[in-house]
Amino acid sequence: MESNRLTIHELQEKLRDGSITSVEVTESVYRRIASVEEKVHSYITLMEEYAIGQAREADRRIKEGNAGELTGIPIALKDILCTKGIRTTCGSRILENFIPPYDATIVRKLKDAGAVFVGKTNMDEFAMGSSTETSCFGITKNPWDLERIPGGSSGGSAAAVAADECMASLGTDTGGSIRQPAALCGVVGMKPTYGRVSRFGMVAFASSLDQIGPITKDVEDCAIMMNVISGHDINDSTSVAIEVPDYRKFISRDIGGWKVGIPREYFVEGIDPEIKAAANETIKTLEGLGAQCLEISLPHTEYCVAVYYIIAPSEASSNLARYDGVRYGFRAPGGEDLLDMYKKTRSSGFGAEVKRRIMLGTYSLSSGYYDAYYKKASQVRALIRGDFDNAFKECDVILTPTTSTPAFRIGEKVNDPLQMYLSDIFTISANLAGIPGISVPCGYTKGGLPMGIQFMANHFEEGKLLQIASSYERNSTIERRRPDL
Amino acid sequence: MEYEPVIGLEVHAQLLTNTKIFCGCSTRFGEEPNSNTCPICLGMPGVLPVLNKKVVEYAIKMAIATHCRVNKTSTWARKNYFYPDLPKGYQITQFAHPIAEAGYVDIEIDGTKKRIGITRIHMEEDAGKSIHDDLSPFSYVDLNRAGVPLIEIVSEPDMRNTDEAVHYLRRVHEILVYLEICDGNMEEGSFRCDANISLRPKGEKEFGIRAELKNMNSFHNVQHALEYEIQRQRAILEGGGRVVQETRLWDVPQGVTHSMRGKEEARDYRYFPEPDLVPVVISDEWKENIKNTIPELPMEKRERFISEYGVPSYDAGVLTADRDLADYYEETVRLCGKPKIASNWVMGDFLAYLNEEKLEVTESPVTPRTLAELIEIIEDGTISGKIAKEVFEDMWKSEKDPREIVEEKGLVQITDTAELEKIVEEVLAASQKQLEQYKSGKTQLFGFFVGQTMKATRGKANPQIVNELIKKKLSSL
Repeated sequence: MESNRLTIHELQEKLRDGSITSVEVTESVYRRIASVEEKVHSYITLMEEYAIGQAREADRRIKEGNAGELTGIPIALKDILCTKGIRTTCGSRILENFIPPYDATIVRKLKDAGAVFVGKTNMDEFAMGSSTETSCFGITKNPWDLERIPGGSSGGSAAAVAADECMASLGTDTGGSIRQPAALCGVVGMKPTYGRVSRFGMVAFASSLDQIGPITKDVEDCAIMMNVISGHDINDSTSVAIEVPDYRKFISRDIGGWKVGIPREYFVEGIDPEIKAAANETIKTLEGLGAQCLEISLPHTEYCVAVYYIIAPSEASSNLARYDGVRYGFRAPGGEDLLDMYKKTRSSGFGAEVKRRIMLGTYSLSSGYYDAYYKKASQVRALIRGDFDNAFKECDVILTPTTSTPAFRIGEKVNDPLQMYLSDIFTISANLAGIPGISVPCGYTKGGLPMGIQFMANHFEEGKLLQIASSYERNSTIERRRPDL
Repeated sequence: MEYEPVIGLEVHAQLLTNTKIFCGCSTRFGEEPNSNTCPICLGMPGVLPVLNKKVVEYAIKMAIATHCRVNKTSTWARKNYFYPDLPKGYQITQFAHPIAEAGYVDIEIDGTKKRIGITRIHMEEDAGKSIHDDLSPFSYVDLNRAGVPLIEIVSEPDMRNTDEAVHYLRRVHEILVYLEICDGNMEEGSFRCDANISLRPKGEKEFGIRAELKNMNSFHNVQHALEYEIQRQRAILEGGGRVVQETRLWDVPQGVTHSMRGKEEARDYRYFPEPDLVPVVISDEWKENIKNTIPELPMEKRERFISEYGVPSYDAGVLTADRDLADYYEETVRLCGKPKIASNWVMGDFLAYLNEEKLEVTESPVTPRTLAELIEIIEDGTISGKIAKEVFEDMWKSEKDPREIVEEKGLVQITDTAELEKIVEEVLAASQKQLEQYKSGKTQLFGFFVGQTMKATRGKANPQIVNELIKKKLSSL
């Protein structure tokens, strides 16, 4: 087997016992990229030379016996994470040639752990989208069906893992942007608790919702990545100084006696029958493992999408104001005066979806509308959070499908924003409440498309998510497949 | 009809922290453009602000000094607008929940006290500077100032004339400088003032329509701009017109205000809570600790000087206007125990020399110790008051102790009656003509004889003894 197919934990062993070198793995990853990237298009920027250099350094460290947790492991980074000296585009023309003079905290942590960076993955422009179709660098395709979208906005990161173009990747999740593409690409994706992982150096979309997280081939790899990226950062005031447990320890524990809440509001009309069946199958498996599944209620669920599409665009309208052509990034030529330069730059630098959200957000924050929109949405957000507080008095974790449908066709929803927005219907609530969520594969449709199941837990209980997800992963009867590329 | 002005002031004070409010860049003024910048204050993608605790400490100081309620929890907000010197496209400020509210500053005009309310104090970041060059088609942006910490102090509309406004402004300025949290430099913009002003018929409760005045970079400008604006608004009202709600700029060379933007062009700042920062939480303990570091403030000091040293109100005002000067004075008094003569010397020769050489109090070559010594040797009759002025000049130039100077130059006062009597006799003998005139009734020549005696002793004679001796001699003629 080509080594690019290995998981992080499998590779860790082989690197440690010397049966393979990081340079060999990295080369194997690039061979895979050379053969499939044209079809999938996971990456915006590839950095082979840089990666091989890092791999050589990793091999030296391994030989010296001072390898870190990820030393020599090829990892892909969503192109929203700032990398010192390496172009960071956020999928946008306005940052087409932006080279940050700093590393995101998470990039520094990965470097310290010895990771090898394969490249920067494709994404919806400024992470605004659920299909990776809004990138100005072209569409990423679902490795399971090249006519379908990989999900988004971290579509490139999920596709790269699914297509074995890296061992694992980093994504970001503002309303489901890690979990939804992970589900649609048949891989594992976790959005940590808000404040668990530093946001410093992640290009902001909606600051009160954004969180970085891993996309991996299995749950154990997710735990390994979480060990590396979690923790307080003095450069991010919203990161929380709560001790980080060894997440790997949760992997082999069982879930006997656990209470799993099934929110009735998530099993309604419109959900794909195959996904509903897969969710029910998952419930049975968990019950077989000694968990008790009980129906719970999250009464404000129906408002989640509406609240999200007020709060996220409001924050985005402000966060994206800095792209004005004055200091860095793209500036449209021919501006006659300041206002004209602003207008030309922002009109041609941003894509349609980004502009739509800037307008939505600007409107929601405008004087005379603020109370009816932004303020009201913030109040409802508190109620949604309260729903989860109450729910976690009754249960350890909550189970829902990750998405209501499997991967849809390219172009199917891109001109129907409302339909597109509804594709995050099951994932948005975790961002609004600030709680962690994980998506794990739970089977395939008859048409061969992967499906995902989502677990959510209370703040800072990522350990519980890893515990139940890995229990399920070990004990479910679903076969493990690879996309045929 | 008689109109009454209603004035409220907004003061922006740059805080004297070493580093900016949300990053580690230096706040030093006058550096190479854009040299005190980093990805955070340049508003680069993905960077986040981290609050400088010193800023909160300084804001709390001002809040306590102006009798404000310090809020246990205050929050940050974004004020959104596009301008090239605003790198993020928004200013991080406080809006819904400022750090302090409901305080006051007392002012005193011609012995009458008045209390001016303070609505709120909040913290925020400064913007950069746009530099426009008439000869170039470009504008330039210097972001050294972007992220320098400010507090904004908003008064109640409690002032009824320009005098009150300027007094209030001076008091606020004085407190900031006393607390050593702002250098108070209006020209460099570290102390800035905007004014809201309206007129209403005297006796009317409702406020009239106000104009906001900007660009007044000295106390003088504030006074003149307000006076101009009162006249302008009065003329409109008297002519039966309506004042327009707008922002007006003070044009210094023209001495007039110009409309900058009207109400309909007023910016919508789309304030909303800043999601990148957590609320500022202030414990009672922290507040107490800060309270203990607050020095005696000018108003209290003034009152104490009057009661403790018995100096007149005017003198107390001069002596306490500067914290270093007040300290200098008090140290001098402590050493010589003569508050009145000390205040004469400090306010007289000392300030005159200081101003002439444009020195700070702390840079003075004459120290409280040497000044106190000078006062002592005047009081014990070693030198005369006249000689003392000469000695002071010498002390200023040579930095020597007064006793040393007196010794070296032989300036000790002659109090030996026998010696002085001899000199008086010589003077009278040499002034036969004047003596004749004196005898024939021209008694005002008494002063001439005293003067001649002093001259003969090069000012060292004790004037009282000389007076008595001459009186005695002349009456025995």
